[in-house]
Amino acid sequence: MSTQTAARTVPYKEKAPFDYSSYMRKGKLPHIWCSGCGHGIVLKSLLRAIDATGIQKDDIAIVSGIGCSSRTPGYLDFNTLHTLHGRALPCATGIKLAKPKLKVIVVTGDGDALAIGGNHFIHACRRNMDLTIMVYNNYIYGMTSGQSSPTTPQSMIATTARYGSIEPTFDTCTLAKAAGATFVARGTAYHAQELEKTIYDAIMHKGTSVLDILDSCPTYYGRFNKFKSASEMMEKIEKDGTLSISQADKLPPEKREGKLLRGVLHKSERPEYCEEYERLMEKAQGK
Amino acid sequence: MAAEAKIKCSVGLTGNSAVAYAMKQINPDVVAAYPITPSTTIVEEFSGYVADGKVDTEFVTVESEHSAMSACIGASAAGARVMTATSSQGLALMWEMLYIASGMRLPIVMTCVNRALSAPLNIHCDHSDSMGARDSGWIQLYSETVQEAYDNVIQAVRIAEQENILLPVMVCLDGFITSHSIENLCLLDDDVIKKFIGEYKPSQPSLLDVDHPTTYGAVALPDSYMEARRQQAEAMTLSKDVIINAAKDFEKISGRSYGLMEKYRMDDADAAIVILNSAAGTTKVAVDEMRNKGLKVGLLKPRVFRPFPYIEMAEALKNVKVIGVLDRADSYTSFGGPLFTEIRSSLYELDKRPKIINRIFGLGGRDYGVKDSLAVFEELLKIKDMGKIDKVYDYISVRE
Repeated sequence: MSTQTAARTVPYKEKAPFDYSSYMRKGKLPHIWCSGCGHGIVLKSLLRAIDATGIQKDDIAIVSGIGCSSRTPGYLDFNTLHTLHGRALPCATGIKLAKPKLKVIVVTGDGDALAIGGNHFIHACRRNMDLTIMVYNNYIYGMTSGQSSPTTPQSMIATTARYGSIEPTFDTCTLAKAAGATFVARGTAYHAQELEKTIYDAIMHKGTSVLDILDSCPTYYGRFNKFKSASEMMEKIEKDGTLSISQADKLPPEKREGKLLRGVLHKSERPEYCEEYERLMEKAQGK
Repeated sequence: MAAEAKIKCSVGLTGNSAVAYAMKQINPDVVAAYPITPSTTIVEEFSGYVADGKVDTEFVTVESEHSAMSACIGASAAGARVMTATSSQGLALMWEMLYIASGMRLPIVMTCVNRALSAPLNIHCDHSDSMGARDSGWIQLYSETVQEAYDNVIQAVRIAEQENILLPVMVCLDGFITSHSIENLCLLDDDVIKKFIGEYKPSQPSLLDVDHPTTYGAVALPDSYMEARRQQAEAMTLSKDVIINAAKDFEKISGRSYGLMEKYRMDDADAAIVILNSAAGTTKVAVDEMRNKGLKVGLLKPRVFRPFPYIEMAEALKNVKVIGVLDRADSYTSFGGPLFTEIRSSLYELDKRPKIINRIFGLGGRDYGVKDSLAVFEELLKIKDMGKIDKVYDYISVRE
């Protein structure tokens, strides 16, 4: 069995206008997300990326934990599992082990993946099982009304950090890379087309792929931190606060300072867990 | 009483705000918590008091409820007065640590804002969370109203820290129904509460007491483990009197009377409903309606579920002919909910046992109205007249 990263079976191609309806559970709409929240943009990017892969929806499982982002699978007409706070990854690991042929996509948030589920996150990265982990990162616990999370930037306001957070943050990408993820990328809801391509690459990568997706919570994070509107948040955080990795190389260090990089930040090849498991089984059975 | 003149009444607060305010007045040394609906705003408001310097509390925002209770345990073992709050899955995630807290005899006070457990995911009220924790060695107090939640939190500190008890206490109130409803209540003055709970002086050596080195939670193998458990059981038994005495002293400062349970129009009742928390208020309206028609019905609302006051329960129910126990949680025994099995067991010693049925209601926030309560009373009176029970255990207000 090959340990090579799967080659793209269908070349990436943007499709517009796109018909989302065949991928949605229309009866579950309207969604619960606030106006100005970017989660819907991310959902749509995900659907376009899945469509581009050509993988049938019955061959995909979408798994989530608890939080605003974790409501995503409820709206999607795939094999879906809405689990417990922080536990999307162990559940996804179980699904992948039982049915290695399924494409397993995990939809989670900064609180769900990096706080209560932080332990599962690092160990999922370490195993390099073929999972696509999408971390919707809005720097706050949105669903419970805006408590500080592991990605709340220092000095920013949250309901549990009234005068600004003093805790250092996790950088999702650095953490994922250090823990062993073989595909690490960052995107934003603002750069929706770029995000679609990044999600496509993440799904096609064989091994654990982690996507840090910068997104806005205008209702809590925005309001607490004096952003005038959802669009201003997107501009300041997602547009002005980031740089594409391809542009960054051409810029002097002072222009890169304080900006988060977008695009594929790390890619490596290591044996995928399920394939290793199968090899071990064959060996143990003397085949 | 001098203290009574100082009571501030007619303050409108939600259940969660009242609990957060009680915590501010108690001014604990450490609070560690993690957000979960519907308990979130307790800690959220309390964190505001911390930020504004209104309390001296060390406030720790942790990464899960397992860590929240772990931090509480560490702080309590180090000699601090410790409080927290949670709900539902949060309490479920604390499970492992609940037993550590009670086993180490740490007087932690936690508010549990009752919410259903997953799956399916639901954020509304039922008692599955705290009922699941009923055997974890925590004292459990239940609150019908915002006022009771506020009063219970204050009394809980006093009960937990009694030298012969040293057990953690869980104060329960109904998610959204009580936690998010504004109600008028009477607040006590800070200094009155301060005097009532007293300064916390740990009666066992703490981890920070370097002159008396000690260890908590060390291995106890078959030669000693059982003695530790026996002592814990003894403390739970003794806590009944401590709860009663705390209530007596609390009445002196507040004018409000508490006990192991509340009896509402029970004196000559032929039929009675036993029910916890906010649904008792609804049931009282139904009792009044039935009484206006000349029907002898009453309500028994347990306040203390752990320790379970089985003698007093039997005493309160011995003259009732038919009892309906309404459980807002099922324990899937196929026989009845947790409150039912306790009440039924309490009646066993009576020479003449009343007839008793169990009805499961209000799971996941399903509404319980006066009409539901009236329907149960009518069924109870029918059982009284016919002398026979069709179904001991059943669900009400459910689509079959």
